[in-house]
Amino acid sequence: MMNDFATVWSERGLLLSGLGNTVLLSVLAGLAALVLGALLSTLLMSPRQLLSLPAKALVDLARCTPFLLFAYIVYYGLPSMGLQFDAWSAGLFALTAYHAAYMAEILRAAWAAQPRAPIEAGVAFGYSGLGLFRRIVLPPLALSSAPVLGNQLIQIIKDSAFLTIITLPELTHAVSSIQSRHFIPFAAFLTAVLLYWALCLVIEAGVAAVGRLAEARR
Amino acid sequence: MSHADVLSIFSGALTTLLLSIAGIALGLPLGLGLALARWAKVPLLNQVVAVYVSLLRATPLITLVLLIFFALPTAGISVGPVTAGLIALVLNTAAFNCEVWRAALLDLPKDQIEAAQSVGMGQALRFRRIVLPQVWRTALPGLINEMSQLVKLTPVLAVVGVVDITRAAVRIGAQTYEPLPPFLVALAIYIPIVYALVSVQRWVERRTTLREAAA
Repeated sequence: MMNDFATVWSERGLLLSGLGNTVLLSVLAGLAALVLGALLSTLLMSPRQLLSLPAKALVDLARCTPFLLFAYIVYYGLPSMGLQFDAWSAGLFALTAYHAAYMAEILRAAWAAQPRAPIEAGVAFGYSGLGLFRRIVLPPLALSSAPVLGNQLIQIIKDSAFLTIITLPELTHAVSSIQSRHFIPFAAFLTAVLLYWALCLVIEAGVAAVGRLAEARR
Repeated sequence: MSHADVLSIFSGALTTLLLSIAGIALGLPLGLGLALARWAKVPLLNQVVAVYVSLLRATPLITLVLLIFFALPTAGISVGPVTAGLIALVLNTAAFNCEVWRAALLDLPKDQIEAAQSVGMGQALRFRRIVLPQVWRTALPGLINEMSQLVKLTPVLAVVGVVDITRAAVRIGAQTYEPLPPFLVALAIYIPIVYALVSVQRWVERRTTLREAAA
């Protein structure tokens, strides 16, 4: 058994590049999804139904779609419509587009739960549009929704593992190839599981730090 | 895409549904058992379950399925794709259900238990008559949410060879060189299933809010 883990260690270059891809992919997708989700949440909160209803339909649609199937559609289905991606951009696009819908819903719920008074005060001081959002709405919103956003980032990391099916060389893909090269499934996949766990613990620690910051600001 | 192709996706839907139902049926009580072990602070088991839940919640289902599918045979236990898939689903959903049950258990006012003790109810009777009827109401929305997550995760089992909706669609796409139509048919089957669960969850949540407002 220890020999198996030694074999995994001897393939640490492959493992590290897989881990690096997973982290890079998740962070990029998380940031892009947050920005897109914030834009989408302004549509969701719009008093005009012409804007809010289609946005709501889009979010509901994404929330009812399995991510794996969505990744298949982006990578294998869209090329027949003339949209060709390589694995990396297809994976990044799929992760971003899918999770933007979840981010939008998270931000909408947090936004709806915000007290009205500071926003009204902001309007009274002449803030409007993007300035109002950036200066008045966003800061408390970001602090109060940090735990849920952290959970969503964990979800993104876990969903990035699915991208092994579209041949993206992330962590699960790396351990799959280590296992098929050396036939050490237990050691290889367990290593991946422990690395995913470590990533999640790091995120949870980050969320706890933001929580302390929010507590201090109150 | 022919008529028979669409039918084969629908027969894949039967597999998806049966696996989902089996996963829910096994994962719900297992999650409750794990939550009770933590709630009752059973020594050692409490810590083991805490680590189990933290680990499993961080593990992508696809990595877990591959681990079980490839590693169990090396330990001398032969598993087919369906068994490996079901084990992975149950292990995964039990961890999430455990957290939902545990939150509901912690939400239960302590005086309920003390009142039951004071009228001489034993542990089993207390659990059956006092704890469970109140706890499952609190837990229900979270549990239904977890069910819809589980249905959304079942396509992962296609990776190890379970012929569910997704695998049937992939197969047709490979035969016809037109992957988009079968994928869209697959999507059209998943969406109503998940949407039904999400709607039930919203309805339960609304009903609970109304009841709390009335009380």
